[in-house]
Amino acid sequence: MLASRDSDSRRTTVRKTSDREVVVTRTFDAPARLVFEAWSRPELFKRWWVPRSMGMTLRSCEMDVRTGGKYRLVFGDDPANTMAFFGSYLEVVPDKRIVWTNEESGDLGSVTTVSFEERDGKTLLVMSELYPTKEALDESGTGAQEATHETFAQLDELLAELSAR
Amino acid sequence: MVQYSSTHFNASFAALADATRRGVLEQLARGDASISDLADKFAMTLTGMKKHVSVLELAGLVTTEKLGRVRTCRIGPCRLEEEMAWIARYRQVWDARFNALDDVLDELKRQEKAGARKQGQ
Repeated sequence: MLASRDSDSRRTTVRKTSDREVVVTRTFDAPARLVFEAWSRPELFKRWWVPRSMGMTLRSCEMDVRTGGKYRLVFGDDPANTMAFFGSYLEVVPDKRIVWTNEESGDLGSVTTVSFEERDGKTLLVMSELYPTKEALDESGTGAQEATHETFAQLDELLAELSAR
Repeated sequence: MVQYSSTHFNASFAALADATRRGVLEQLARGDASISDLADKFAMTLTGMKKHVSVLELAGLVTTEKLGRVRTCRIGPCRLEEEMAWIARYRQVWDARFNALDDVLDELKRQEKAGARKQGQ
């Protein structure tokens, strides 16, 4: 009973709040300063940003987490064929908020805002990704987002059958 | 507009959460059917089937049209597939990251506790 309540409170929710914004929420069983630390120290960040299930290799991770600072993540097994994600931090408020740009897609890049709200030793994380246009949002989601979620497999099959009729 | 899209999405999920309603969709994917056809097929009362169909209709997955005394059901204009797939992929990435972040946080908490113990000695 306890375990199921715990896993429920740790559920990751994703909502589209408009045709160019996605909001993700998640609760962590740790104070906000630790969540912020895990998000702002590269050696910690790279341990969770690219979980093994994603099947990607993070070659390098440079991040200067302060307002005006820059970051650069380089992925890829093959040095001749790498993919870089980069941008700058528009606002950093320790233990509370990080806002950064995603500039690898040029003008179509989103601005990500993540905020940490602590309550009774737990932290509610709210992350918003705001794209400049609806089209930019629709076209995003390649690369790391290629994999499908197994809970949706059954639904996918049904929808495929419906659209194939 | 904003509210609409999220409400619509929830309605679609609720509609698809039920095995009978998924069955009805599969049935309609093969061809249009009246409510009484569907009720027969699923060994259900007319009233029960009407309720299922109205849930599917609200979600935009099915449309109905009354011709004479017969209400015909067909697959609706649901444009859900793409959006649902997009959100599923997006969620999968973040869920995997956040589960890994749980582990990092557990470790940081343990380190803090150990540090506090050392200081206390």
